[in-house]
Amino acid sequence: MNNLLTESIRTVGRKIASSEVKPSDLTKAALKLTTQLRPLNAFINVTHQLAKTQSQESDSRQDSKKLLGSLDGIPIAVKDNFCTAGQPTTCASLMLADFVPGYDATVYRKLREAGSILMGKTNLDQFAMGSGTVDSYYGPSKNLWGSELARNYILEDNSHKNEIENRPTLEEWFIAGGSSGGSAIAVSSGMCFAALGSDSGGSTRNPASYCGVVGLKPTYGLVSRHGLIPLVNSMDVPGILTRTVDDCLAVLNTIAGPDNMDSTTIKVPFKPIELSTSLDISGLKIGLPKEYKCAELSEEVESNWLEVSRLLEEAGAKVLPVSLPHTEYSIVCYSVLNKCEVASNMSRYDGLEYGLRADESSSLDALYAKSRSEGFNDVVRSRILAGNYFLLSENYENYFVKAMKVRSLIAQDFDKVWDSGVDLLLTPTTLTQAPKYQDFICADNQAQCSVQDFCTQPANMAGLPAISIPIKLSRCGMPLSLQLMAPMLCEERLLRVAKWIEDIVKFPRLVLK
Amino acid sequence: MPRLLVNDKCLKRNYSFLRRSFCNAGSGKSIKTWNSVVGLEIHAQIASDSKLFSAASTKFGKSANSCVSFFDCATPGTLPVLNKKCVEAGVITALALQCQINQISYFDRKHYFYADLPAGYQITQQRKPIAINGKLKFNVFTSVANKESYFKSSKLKQIQLEQDSGKTLNDESTKRSLIDLNRAGIPLMEFVFEPDLKDGEEAAALVKELILILQRLNTCSCKMDEGALRVDANVSINRPNEPLGVRTEIKNIGSVRGVASAINYEIKRQIDLCEKNIEIVNETRAWDVTSNKTISMRSKEDKQDYRFMPEPNLPPLHIHVDKELKNTHNLVDATILKTQMPEMPQETRNRLQTDYGLSKTHSIILVNEPILFDLFMYLITCNKNRSPYIVFKTIFHELLGLLYKNNQDNDYVLEIRDEFGKLIDFLQSEKINLMVFNNVLKELVKNPTISSKEMIEKNNWFQISDEEELKKICQTLLDENPHLVEQYKNGKKKLYKYFLGQIVKKTNDTANMKKVDQIMKKLLQ
Repeated sequence: MNNLLTESIRTVGRKIASSEVKPSDLTKAALKLTTQLRPLNAFINVTHQLAKTQSQESDSRQDSKKLLGSLDGIPIAVKDNFCTAGQPTTCASLMLADFVPGYDATVYRKLREAGSILMGKTNLDQFAMGSGTVDSYYGPSKNLWGSELARNYILEDNSHKNEIENRPTLEEWFIAGGSSGGSAIAVSSGMCFAALGSDSGGSTRNPASYCGVVGLKPTYGLVSRHGLIPLVNSMDVPGILTRTVDDCLAVLNTIAGPDNMDSTTIKVPFKPIELSTSLDISGLKIGLPKEYKCAELSEEVESNWLEVSRLLEEAGAKVLPVSLPHTEYSIVCYSVLNKCEVASNMSRYDGLEYGLRADESSSLDALYAKSRSEGFNDVVRSRILAGNYFLLSENYENYFVKAMKVRSLIAQDFDKVWDSGVDLLLTPTTLTQAPKYQDFICADNQAQCSVQDFCTQPANMAGLPAISIPIKLSRCGMPLSLQLMAPMLCEERLLRVAKWIEDIVKFPRLVLK
Repeated sequence: MPRLLVNDKCLKRNYSFLRRSFCNAGSGKSIKTWNSVVGLEIHAQIASDSKLFSAASTKFGKSANSCVSFFDCATPGTLPVLNKKCVEAGVITALALQCQINQISYFDRKHYFYADLPAGYQITQQRKPIAINGKLKFNVFTSVANKESYFKSSKLKQIQLEQDSGKTLNDESTKRSLIDLNRAGIPLMEFVFEPDLKDGEEAAALVKELILILQRLNTCSCKMDEGALRVDANVSINRPNEPLGVRTEIKNIGSVRGVASAINYEIKRQIDLCEKNIEIVNETRAWDVTSNKTISMRSKEDKQDYRFMPEPNLPPLHIHVDKELKNTHNLVDATILKTQMPEMPQETRNRLQTDYGLSKTHSIILVNEPILFDLFMYLITCNKNRSPYIVFKTIFHELLGLLYKNNQDNDYVLEIRDEFGKLIDFLQSEKINLMVFNNVLKELVKNPTISSKEMIEKNNWFQISDEEELKKICQTLLDENPHLVEQYKNGKKKLYKYFLGQIVKKTNDTANMKKVDQIMKKLLQ
């Protein structure tokens, strides 16, 4: 059963459909693995009981030949900032440590209704504010790659099976990236087949890049945010983490589409995407934005980037340099908008209706102050402070309004590129391979975000779909990935080319022993 | 046709609204040396079944926190979903108030911390509201006694859609605050008027007219006792030709009478202060109904910065306003709503004057009382022969007083309107006189099941209008009192009244006195 856990959804789905595999057995194996891999700290809560119930229900559908589709019986995980009825939803914070929502986020509801099995809620930076999954109330998450636990796996590379070389000591582990680090680890390790992340500045693609999995940020408005506890409402998108592009598509086809509960979803009905079996990329125009070749870009990622563009070119695509001149302002612009929305979104946490209520009864203001300073970490508090400063009536024009203007300039950069006939953009996802924890925490949260989100953030500014695909391993055996960006609602094109790349680079697969 | 005289005393007694509004008319010599400036901000609860951004019920008087959706208590991850019905109500109200509808409007977040504001912000329309630049024209009475009124027009700066907050109840016994979120998220229209009124009477008259319009449109119940309509008034005073003074804001005035009283009190208070050379401070005050005073709530000096921000979870609100274009996106359609507009109160008043010959004052009085207006229209439409004049008079001079006296709700008129109509017909056709009319009506107001016809027959109350019969009765009276006739003829004209009185008595109030008068005069020649 174990070797099935690192298979694709398609392969396992076939075995479930043919009754070769019982969903409850698959779930049991996956649950067992969550226990073995607990040191990675991928999950805040493993939903043992729920998974058991759901998988038994799937069993009976299997028995009565009434399976609900390709995701029925498939173990999944959900980032702990999506509401799940009856299951704690903590946002990795003390503030919401005891919060149990009464409703399901639309994306989880759709997955549940498609028969998938919830394994648990995954770790993140508190309220998704971070890029390392290190600022969690429940402690940091560890990348499977480069950890001792990777010894449980075999590296399957071009049908060669290799033992994984011995790795650094326990003190020297690699971060998973973030903020959806828990989801990325859960997928990369086989604790689930797919996981939901969220992506406001790169929070799905960044950990996907570091953990060697596929990470999709769909077009803003294609997937409902109802039930996603917001970070930056105007940029947040539910993200999808899987091991293959096909798996990613299966999840996207299940969760995408308009939702009455989210007025910002695109009203046009969603037509499930099908990828043709013959992947022809000749004639495609693929742009390489020169601004993404920044000073911090590692030599390994850069050569990786050039190699893949060469492969594309060889296959008949036209690869050309393009310019997105406002890229360098994206991060600072994001920093202002993010803090403004954070300040606003966080004002509901007053400890009255739900969440942490401090022991304080001298006055209402004192109760607010104490609950909020106990319930939020430094990162959240400092963003609230800065955001409120930006929103003061005397500062509003100078910060918020200006940032909105810059935001539209960044979006225009992309429009110009698309208008010139470019079909897709190929860029790095992250500037380096996953950093070591000790190195990562040398810089503060804000400094890290500005480096980590450099390549991913602009897509959020413009609402574009973007995907991170693992390409190869670095010299020290860590995943290196690249990002594709497409015009709004061009997910089909994005996934088609992603799959073409996936097929040709043959990123080594981790297979459980 | 019997003539019922317009009697101002009667009007005053019966017509409570006028009485209420005018008891506080400010006067006094110092007022002449000061101008007063009043601007109103009115929150009207939009009549809808569900809240502005959630599906929770808006029913009044439900048990605490029973009408609260996940969104209403700001559960993380929930998003606002705009209620289309509320947008339609806003648009039709804006059209009725001659506003310019903004083809695109936006929602904003207004931040402040309060226990009954669960999200820490209110969703409102600050930057670009649904409608702007309207106006409201209304009648202001200067005094009841001489029935003088003038038209006044106030500029409506904007109408914005916004959500209400919850309610905090302070439990003194346990020293705890209790929060009820039933009201949180209730849809409101806020009307922001320019400060172009001068006193409480004008303000009360504006509010009254707005209420009539909203009730006609069915966009607000206007039940002020349920908080469905709340008035904030900005008041300042200045010397003629000097800049406006420091203003105070009176919050949440809960009745039309309160509007006039609170504003007039505040004007007087400010004048008193200024004349004592005490500075007026910019502050928020509350109208205390028991002491009839405005009371300071908080100073505006510790003014809040609301840190307005666009609401990112609601797309811009588009309204279809151009007849020439097709409404392809199924937007709220102002061009269609415009054609569905009911008659506005002023149009009704004009119609009452031109079609039914009522005076301006009577038309105002009638339109001010929707239930009695409906009764009036019912009575004159189901029997076209009825005299509008008689119908108006019998409603306001006879019926209204009796309803108050018997503590009957105005809704009670629905139960008795048909019988009341029959009674009017008896009066109009002179089958009974006013006295009998009143006697029967007194019973009808107590008991809706009685038949006026039966009652009149049983008591033999039909009016004697037959001239021969009346002549006989008169002659008999005169024959019985020869010496009085002689005294009358000798110049004691006072006796004429006595004769008439005796006829009333003899006929048990049923003689047609107009005819008796003519006959008697002839007989005594």
